[in-house]
Amino acid sequence: MFKILEKREISAGVYYMKFEAPEIARNRKAGQFVIVQLDTDYGERVPLTIADANAEEGWVVLVFQAVGATTYKLAQKKTGDSIAAVLGPLGNPSVIEKRDGPVVVVGGGFGVAPCYPIVQALKAAGNKVIMIIGARNKDLLIFVDEMKKVADEVIVMTDDGSAGRQGLVTVPLDELCKSQTPPAEVIAIGPPIMMKFAAKTTEKYNIPTVVSLNTIMIDGTGMCGGCRVTVGDETKFVCVDGPDFDAHKVDWDNMMMRMGTFKAQEQEDFHKCKLESVIEQKA
Amino acid sequence: MTEYISANELEAQAKKEFDEIEQKIKAAPLSPKDRMAIPLQEMPVAEPKKRAREMGEVALGYTKEMAINEANRCLQCKNEPCVAGCPVGIAIPQFIAEIQKGDFKSAVDTIKLTNLLPAICGRVCPQEKQCQKECTVGKIHKTVDKAVSIGRLERFVADWERTHNKTTLPAVAKATGKKVAVVGSGPAGLTVAADCARAGHDVTVFDAFHKAGGVMLYGIPEFRLPKDIVAKEVENLKKMGVKFEMNFLVGRTDTLDQLLTEKGFDAAFIGTGAGLPKFLNIPGENLIGVFSANEYLSRANLMKAYMKGTADTPYYEAKNVIVVGGGNVAMDAARMALRLGAEHVSIVYRRTRDEMPARKEEVGHAEEEGVEFRFLENPIEVLGIESEDKALNGRVRGIKALRYELGEPDASGRRSPVAIPGSEHEIPCDAVIVALGNGSNPLLVRTTPGLDADKHGHIVVDDKQATSKTKVWAGGDIVLGAATVILAMGEGRKAAASINEYLAG
Repeated sequence: MFKILEKREISAGVYYMKFEAPEIARNRKAGQFVIVQLDTDYGERVPLTIADANAEEGWVVLVFQAVGATTYKLAQKKTGDSIAAVLGPLGNPSVIEKRDGPVVVVGGGFGVAPCYPIVQALKAAGNKVIMIIGARNKDLLIFVDEMKKVADEVIVMTDDGSAGRQGLVTVPLDELCKSQTPPAEVIAIGPPIMMKFAAKTTEKYNIPTVVSLNTIMIDGTGMCGGCRVTVGDETKFVCVDGPDFDAHKVDWDNMMMRMGTFKAQEQEDFHKCKLESVIEQKA
Repeated sequence: MTEYISANELEAQAKKEFDEIEQKIKAAPLSPKDRMAIPLQEMPVAEPKKRAREMGEVALGYTKEMAINEANRCLQCKNEPCVAGCPVGIAIPQFIAEIQKGDFKSAVDTIKLTNLLPAICGRVCPQEKQCQKECTVGKIHKTVDKAVSIGRLERFVADWERTHNKTTLPAVAKATGKKVAVVGSGPAGLTVAADCARAGHDVTVFDAFHKAGGVMLYGIPEFRLPKDIVAKEVENLKKMGVKFEMNFLVGRTDTLDQLLTEKGFDAAFIGTGAGLPKFLNIPGENLIGVFSANEYLSRANLMKAYMKGTADTPYYEAKNVIVVGGGNVAMDAARMALRLGAEHVSIVYRRTRDEMPARKEEVGHAEEEGVEFRFLENPIEVLGIESEDKALNGRVRGIKALRYELGEPDASGRRSPVAIPGSEHEIPCDAVIVALGNGSNPLLVRTTPGLDADKHGHIVVDDKQATSKTKVWAGGDIVLGAATVILAMGEGRKAAASINEYLAG
């Protein structure tokens, strides 16, 4: 059992959860993820990227959006409760090197959180890091203050202009790409559609771009291929070959299509668990 | 296909035969001729059309009379050819003689001296290729199909012990203070855990999944191997003092070296299996509705997706399913598809029935349940729906396949399939399950310096299962490639003996 040390809603439907996991905290590196399961008999296994961790104190932080049955139930948990099973750290750590030029990290929605350990690691490796944070509106912005402490520059974008600049993350990304000091590398984490368009933006300028994919997973250890994506002309497993891939080689349309495999069933489950919680509250 | 005989009919028949044999024995001990005259006791099975829609166990097990009748077919050969056919060398004639006397507890205890998982092995071993292949009775009848049903008898006494609450734990030696790490909780790992615990060592089993059992949980379906039987065996190991660390991926959560140094394990066994699914490498394999058999079966078995409304993990709802492959996993996947509501399931295999690696019994069961077999065909492309409707776009609508004929036998004597030019044709379906076998997961080798593997990723071991790295042994599918439960256990047994010898020295 993994005891929850802190849980709070950091924007509408997005939660910050810190829990005890000394084994995972000890060996995890930037870019890695865990698989969470709330009930070892009937619970499903869902992948979530590690947003922060502390080896000395033995805790790990996840930031997640309540979008389906499991994340919704996870969001109902309180400080002091426990998570039944957490497996990790999984996946290959992000490749962190000192680059000849600034590194631009692009985070969209709750995908900003997993950028945090990557920005920290990039800084520790001696890079200049520019962080672009995007959200639909100012209420959905997360980790802005944290990022300001670690990145050299933070650019905030909102779709509706309610905070920072108005527009998509690709606008400042494009500006940076054609500036005097273009990025040596771009890392993008967020909704697939955002990553796809970040990739399209940098492709024009031939700037190496890495994305962290978050596909459907079961075991997270390479034994089922449920998470597979087409990269270049090859089939890759996100859980063991990734989660980081060359953004310019990912078949985005296939990936987004595959993420909808169980859409109907998931909506049914989500609907059911929301109903259950309403019934519980009334009881 | 044999005609279906109901369990009740078989039971009545067995009772009659039992009484006749008893009468005979009263007059004089059974002669070999008498024994040869006893008919093979068929295994009662659930009614095919009904069971094909339910998850319950298909083979129902022998009754007491059937078990004793079948045991009486054994000639008690002095040279015991059957024992040589068993990868763990169970004293087969001895345990069968105990069944002949009706002493089921002694029979199961005899088995457990060399095999701690008889309820499992009795169900899933390919006995016709192992112990029963060597059986004299089968040889006299000129068919292995008439050999003494050693597996069914093994299963009977193991089930009898469990359901009658007669389970006794093996004696455990005085604690040695030595720590053994077992990586992987499949059949190889559980065997090592048991044997090292018996020797008095402090054993911890590590597994990435949330439940112990490996392929016995995620792969082999409930209808062939009820999961409560596996859980019971794990419970018994716990009672013997074996610890289980679940949700622990060695290589990531801790490396093997961390276990051996920081965590102070004196020896380690790697039994991580062959869990890396092979795909078709044809266009369209990443469309929606194409699954590896591992994923399809893991969802249903381990994650209990079939318990719709209770389990959170969904399964893919398909009406017309194609399974590619001809092994036991293909049979399991096809039969599971029926149980998950498919109306039509076909197995597509590029060779013929004779070359199928699946057990004859499993093929027979699949056929009885209505699975269609398409031989000498193989997909060259998976076809998808192209639609403006996002809910439909990219979903499988069929496969494009070629027809094959068998060519000349190759070096191994197996006739290779040769594609017939111009034989392209489409077969409609809405899901494709790929059951082409598994490779070895590279994670542990990659994260363990000094651990040698061959080009297929199989860990290299000596004749005592020791690896190139000191204090580390390996066995089962990670060494053999995808093999069987009992072979994995056989390797586990050898490894444990070597570990125990090393730790005693």
